[in-house]
Amino acid sequence: MNRVAVTGLGIVSALGNSVGESWRCLSEGICRIRPLRDGGNPAYKFQKAAEACGFNAADHFSEKEIMMLERFAQMAAVAAREAIAQSGLRFDGELGDKTAIVAGSSVGGQFAEEEGYQRLYRDGNPRVAPLTIPRTMANAGASRISLEFGIHGPVYAVSTACSSSNHTIGQAFGMVRGGQVTVAIAGGSEAVFSEGLLRAWEAMRVVSPDVCRPFSKERNGLSLGEGGAMLVLENWDHAAARGADILGEIIGFGMSSDAHHITQPCVDGPAKAMRWALQDAAIRPEQVDYINAHGTGTAANDATETAAIRELCGGHADAVLVSSTKSMHGHTLGAAGAVEAVATLLALKHGVVPPTVNFGTPDPACNLNVVGNEARRADIRIALSNTFAFGGLNATLVMKKA
Amino acid sequence: MPDYPETDLAAKVIQVIAQTQRIPAESISLDSTFEQLKIDSLDGINIVFALENEFHIDIPDEGVQNMRSVRETVDGVATLLKQKTEATPPGVA
Repeated sequence: MNRVAVTGLGIVSALGNSVGESWRCLSEGICRIRPLRDGGNPAYKFQKAAEACGFNAADHFSEKEIMMLERFAQMAAVAAREAIAQSGLRFDGELGDKTAIVAGSSVGGQFAEEEGYQRLYRDGNPRVAPLTIPRTMANAGASRISLEFGIHGPVYAVSTACSSSNHTIGQAFGMVRGGQVTVAIAGGSEAVFSEGLLRAWEAMRVVSPDVCRPFSKERNGLSLGEGGAMLVLENWDHAAARGADILGEIIGFGMSSDAHHITQPCVDGPAKAMRWALQDAAIRPEQVDYINAHGTGTAANDATETAAIRELCGGHADAVLVSSTKSMHGHTLGAAGAVEAVATLLALKHGVVPPTVNFGTPDPACNLNVVGNEARRADIRIALSNTFAFGGLNATLVMKKA
Repeated sequence: MPDYPETDLAAKVIQVIAQTQRIPAESISLDSTFEQLKIDSLDGINIVFALENEFHIDIPDEGVQNMRSVRETVDGVATLLKQKTEATPPGVA
């Protein structure tokens, strides 16, 4: 089996439009959950979120391209551009055939669909715009990247709600490790700030009226975020032979399904995903230095994730550093796994654990070694990144310092 | 429904194509083919949708297949507008 190197990272989110800007926020503990630009009428019950305010489509695409691409697909493409540029790879010739793209999104493009429904149901106009289908489809981001870079290998989308992007990276990892492809571009994107989606989240009663405070006693819900992130995964020997800058390594992946409840989390499923990921990586729990938690900031998630980490790590749970970077970039849903994989790889590379900001009173139900409010310098070598989705779908990545 | 003299109709069709394709109207002439304007089949569907909205007509699928240039498009729209006028009884707007 091949080792899998990470040779490129790209990210756009509320943290900024590049890896550099994002790392500055992550390492300085800057929260980008801010007042909504459009608070809704009537006002949404939550008025803060992590919007990618600095992401303007016109800075990256022509008018004609913008017409064809929804915001989630634009974010996927821009993140991929940064990651591919960093990798230094070109996809002409055989490499184009030996490269995969796996891009995740929870809901794909919703803006065109909502516009269509407004015409149809509100205005009684049966003429829905012809670009609705190609704009809406969940693979619009993956396909755009394929077209832009001439990538001809396996290209597809994965949609598993908030685990989408850990599933995509896990799938890509498997393809590179098994030799099916030499390179895989994997990640995800999500653009949640459409009125229909915000109203639906409001109705779920899981969004904090303020800011998310993962693992704190005061936590009262998640903060929605938008963004896209992509990783270039590359056969280690291929990367080494061309002298590429290896940023980190993916060494294991585990996934499980709770088969318990459509939205309520449980301990067993997440514990299995983490355990199987470690088995896949041939790593013992006590070797884990850092866990980038799913840590949404809901009462239920953080307590069950704590119990799952305790079940997995036993006494080592007191030592392993834990943080939820969602406290800075919000819950980016289908992009979460990719955004947080970028954060985790950067943490390994720099030896700095990004904090859980907005951290208040420690909650006995979340008795982990939470890195609160300020980043911590630490010689971390092995890290986990968790995503747990509605539908009971759990996915954990194991990453290693290069 | 306004009546379109031939030259105005051509100008209006060109304007719709320009807006839909996000290209300057000056870059389009009556003799331009869709191939020259880099209008592919998906663009074509989008243009047809915009023309239907603009002129309140229904362009049938076989009509779409005959529109491969600006001139053919203008002719097609003119024919459909004429049919529509003829189908409207006198005295009805």
